[in-house]
Amino acid sequence: MLKLPIYLDNSATTAMDPRVLEAMLPYFTEHFGNAASRNHKFGWEAEEAVDYAREQVAALIGATSKEIIFTSGATESDNLAIKGVFEMYASKGNHIITVNTEHKAVIDACRHLEKLGGKVTYLSPAEDGLIDLNELEAAITPETVLISVMYANNEIGVIQPIREIGALARKHNVVFHTDATQAVGKVPIDVNADFIDLMSFTGHKMYGPKGIGALYVRRKNPRIKVTAQMDGGGHERGMRSGTLNVPGIVGFGKACALCAEEMNSEAARLSALRDKLETELLKIEETYVNGNRQHRLPHVTNISFKYIEGEGLMMGVKDIAVSSGSACTSASLEPSYVLKNLGLDDELAHSSLRFGLSRYTTEEEIDYTIEHVRSAVQRLREMSPLWEMFKEGIDLKTVEWQEH
Amino acid sequence: MAYSEKVNDHYHNPRNIGTLDKSARNVGTGLVGAPECGDVMRLQIAVNEETGLIEDAKFKTFGCGSAIASSSLATEWLKGKSIDEAMQIDNMDIVEELALPPVKIHCSVLAEDAIKSAINDYRKKQGLEELA
Repeated sequence: MLKLPIYLDNSATTAMDPRVLEAMLPYFTEHFGNAASRNHKFGWEAEEAVDYAREQVAALIGATSKEIIFTSGATESDNLAIKGVFEMYASKGNHIITVNTEHKAVIDACRHLEKLGGKVTYLSPAEDGLIDLNELEAAITPETVLISVMYANNEIGVIQPIREIGALARKHNVVFHTDATQAVGKVPIDVNADFIDLMSFTGHKMYGPKGIGALYVRRKNPRIKVTAQMDGGGHERGMRSGTLNVPGIVGFGKACALCAEEMNSEAARLSALRDKLETELLKIEETYVNGNRQHRLPHVTNISFKYIEGEGLMMGVKDIAVSSGSACTSASLEPSYVLKNLGLDDELAHSSLRFGLSRYTTEEEIDYTIEHVRSAVQRLREMSPLWEMFKEGIDLKTVEWQEH
Repeated sequence: MAYSEKVNDHYHNPRNIGTLDKSARNVGTGLVGAPECGDVMRLQIAVNEETGLIEDAKFKTFGCGSAIASSSLATEWLKGKSIDEAMQIDNMDIVEELALPPVKIHCSVLAEDAIKSAINDYRKKQGLEELA
């Protein structure tokens, strides 16, 4: 039985797996101890649970458990990595290289450092979302302390050539951070094979709880250090003070273990469903996929339906939860900076929808989505003056628009 | 943010979608907004040249639900009005009627602009000076 509404906004957050919840529950009431309490059973139980979860998290990414620093989520991990490296390596230099399609947590952390005297190079990707490795290498200077490039983009799902970027960073002796929030648990990641020094990720994008994330911090070859951004009891090897969120950590660990087990079969199933969705929607005239279609996550697609506006389209498919690159609700009316920075026309950016599938997505839901998006697009194009002009053969670029 | 009942109604049952002959002497066309801003409205009026009343109004809109609802409502209000009465339609009337939230006020502004632009297009065709 098809249950409405359908959730296809899994790049924003995922439903928590009931198996994760089950693992967490005892740690709210029964085993409520503080993992830092060293002198009684309550503390030991909590510590043991945290140690076990730390192993589960580390195993998913090919790390050792001592390299996992628990945080409140990927935004905090990004901030800790970027600001922490900037402070720790200040004697070496003050230059950071990143990309203008990164998540705001990375871009705004870099902007913050610019105000403190940091120098930041923001690379522009090609139209397909991938960065140019030659451009990256050319941007490295003796003052470069950090390269931060996301693993997979949150709007278009494009996967950067992480291993090559890592190898370049290693060659030039620069710390390499990647925000892998969208990729961990979805595609296999090995921090050693990919030469990753620091990696941010979070529980709630991979069927775990919200409010718990991690920063992977490499311990050897080379040993990486970050300056703590919060002062306190010196938890997490001194890099992140604060009482550990034991139930969250237990859930995060369980979510990682489940992904390790199920990721490969899940990816095969979801990419088949995603491809079906995409193939069917692309049959609609003047419809385009945004971003590279080879190098990307298996469960995501971002499609522009030209001549209709994304928010209007979302309203027409109100039983399907998706996101749009249009931002009619924001005061600025600016469409997605990610799509704009790919060089997309603003109107195409305004016309985009992001579909993100999950462990729980069914073929029936995809069929429903195809049918309803198709009819909403048709209905909205019938009321779109731009569609009418396009059909009359008018080049919209030659029209003098009255912007307001 | 949830849409008001009236916005939903206009979005799902838009009034007066369509196209009038823009070359006709008694038809005024207003095309406002820009694709890169995410809203374009085209609003047209057909004026009875004997009575001076707006006897038909049509729209097509590229935009969000509130933009579609604002232009749909505008065509409904325009029908049967004189040009002078139509000039009095204020964007805040639209905001009130549709219960638009602050972030959607620009949709009502665009609808008011479209009305004025259509009226002035008509007046120009009639050899009359434009109204502000």
